[in-house]
Amino acid sequence: MSDAPLLEVKDLRVEFPTRRGTLVALDGVSFSIAPGEVLGVVGESGAGKSMTGAAIIGLLEPPGRIAGGEIRLNGRRIDNLPYEQMRRVRGREIGAIFQDPLTTLNPLYTVGHQLIETMRTHLDLSAAEARARAISWLEMVGIPAAAQRVDSYPHEFSGGMRQRVVIALALCAEPKLVVADEPTTALDVSIQAQVIALLKRLAREKGTSMMLVTHDMGVIAETADRVAVMYAGRIAEIGPVREVVKHPKHPYTAGLMASIPPLDRKVEHLAQIEGAMPRLSAIPKGCAFNPRCPKVFDRCRHERPDLMDTGATHAACWLYDKVENYA
Amino acid sequence: MFAFIVSRLLQAIPVMLVVALISFAMFAYVGDPVAIMLGQDFTEAQRAKLVQDLGLDQPFFVQFLKFVANAAQGEFGLSYRLSRPVAELIAERAPATLELAFCAAGLALVVGVPMGVYTGLYRNSWLSRLFLTFSLIGVSLPTFLIGILLILVFSVWLGWLPSFGRGEVVQLGWWSTGFLTWSGIKALILPSITLGLFQLTLIMRLVRAEMLEVLRTDYIKFARARGLGNRAVHFGHALKNTLVPVITIAGLQLGAIIAFAIVTETVFQWPGMGLLFIQSVGVADIPVMAAYLMLIAAVFVTINLVVDLLYYAVDPRLRVDRGVARGH
Repeated sequence: MSDAPLLEVKDLRVEFPTRRGTLVALDGVSFSIAPGEVLGVVGESGAGKSMTGAAIIGLLEPPGRIAGGEIRLNGRRIDNLPYEQMRRVRGREIGAIFQDPLTTLNPLYTVGHQLIETMRTHLDLSAAEARARAISWLEMVGIPAAAQRVDSYPHEFSGGMRQRVVIALALCAEPKLVVADEPTTALDVSIQAQVIALLKRLAREKGTSMMLVTHDMGVIAETADRVAVMYAGRIAEIGPVREVVKHPKHPYTAGLMASIPPLDRKVEHLAQIEGAMPRLSAIPKGCAFNPRCPKVFDRCRHERPDLMDTGATHAACWLYDKVENYA
Repeated sequence: MFAFIVSRLLQAIPVMLVVALISFAMFAYVGDPVAIMLGQDFTEAQRAKLVQDLGLDQPFFVQFLKFVANAAQGEFGLSYRLSRPVAELIAERAPATLELAFCAAGLALVVGVPMGVYTGLYRNSWLSRLFLTFSLIGVSLPTFLIGILLILVFSVWLGWLPSFGRGEVVQLGWWSTGFLTWSGIKALILPSITLGLFQLTLIMRLVRAEMLEVLRTDYIKFARARGLGNRAVHFGHALKNTLVPVITIAGLQLGAIIAFAIVTETVFQWPGMGLLFIQSVGVADIPVMAAYLMLIAAVFVTINLVVDLLYYAVDPRLRVDRGVARGH
């Protein structure tokens, strides 16, 4: 991994103007992804994981909009590009994989048509070349008899096969980064592992970086190099997967890890975090996690913590404020 | 595919039989043909002879079977009013109605679909709002009023277009067409607008609603995420997915345009089947009414068949015989 990050997100803020005031969906989100790196993003529903992905590919659902911060790809700012220029970035430089393969493919076109159309939008290929590549992409993602199946319609494939097609579509214009938004959530458990293995293998072979959004810690542990834990639109903790899983620093991460049932011993009750994540319209002052935090102290209720160095990871928690602790 | 067409045609048979039954019932229950044909002055012997000639003394189902057999050959008897074969009368009038209906339907599609796409894509622009307001007028104003207003403006005040009739027509075999003369084309304009306006606004609103729906789907989001251009996303991916419901409605509306051109034809004194029908209703000319009813039913059945075939062309999921989802 070289030093210059491929993707750099700095202080990203996403707002949703509504009739009853502006909701802040993402606030001060910063992270980077190095070339070839897989960054996992976990968190509860509504924590802003998918929103971050949507902001990066420039497809936030209106009226959501980026209200602050910047997103850089290879050093070039992409969060403020005009629509037409951003369109050329999508697919070509950043590929996207969505959650539900049953709905992400257009039912009226063959998979080959959709692959060829994507490649010819971004690459200078003749129709015959694009078709040959479409077939080889289908082979690469493990679709048997690809030369025949290239002319099949999406409804002629099973869910797992369709997600393989979606992966081929996301990668076929050879982007440097793939944003995968819960790519296995809608699949059967038995298929999930296959699809994740495929994604991991292709990313390694092509040297593609990946932002893997999921709420499945197992998938993260198996696939990602680093992981970002999100809570209420902010990053709670970010660091190497091993560290975050084994030695979580942020009390929220610790709670999250404790709630995963261990396989090696029997437990009477699963640990759980009391309460629920706040709604966007009622994010508490100070640290968003403070009403649920077992280690809360006065400062957490008034001041908002930024990411702080905890040694192996970075956590947004006042427990790790060195200046204060050494004072 | 062939099996599908055959099965559809078989399904059409009961529909046509029911319509035939209703048409036939009119002979029995609307007025007395014998009284109409005999006039004021007759003897009992004359009456009995006529009843026998017409076959009215035979059992009901025998009469009905005869009617169906004749109808199947396009034979509907003589018009009470004009004493000419009904089939001939309708063949004479059909070109006028069909030309008008196709112009109106063409106008509705050619203008309605693009307007629907535009209002779906740019739903907050002032032009979209204007289209929507205009469509409200089209939906709410009755046809005859639109016709009369158009006549007032374009025929009476401006004097640009004729207010009635087909203009000069050219005979091509048995088909008389207004497309080949300038006056024929001019005469088509106002009635086509009158007849097509409601369908135009309906199609526009339908396309708009479908576009809004489709633009929210995941595959459109994914198409954008793949970096496809706006043209490909809007027309290649979005519009094509709106077509199935649009084809359904457009097909039914074409049927409706042909069947219910009556009002427009009356307003513009258009020499078509609708005008013939309304004149026949006035004097209870039952053979003409029965034939018209059967013809309209046949039109609807045919259009439904064409619509079903178009579904197949548009939506691969319906081509079941090509293969069910295979395992992974």
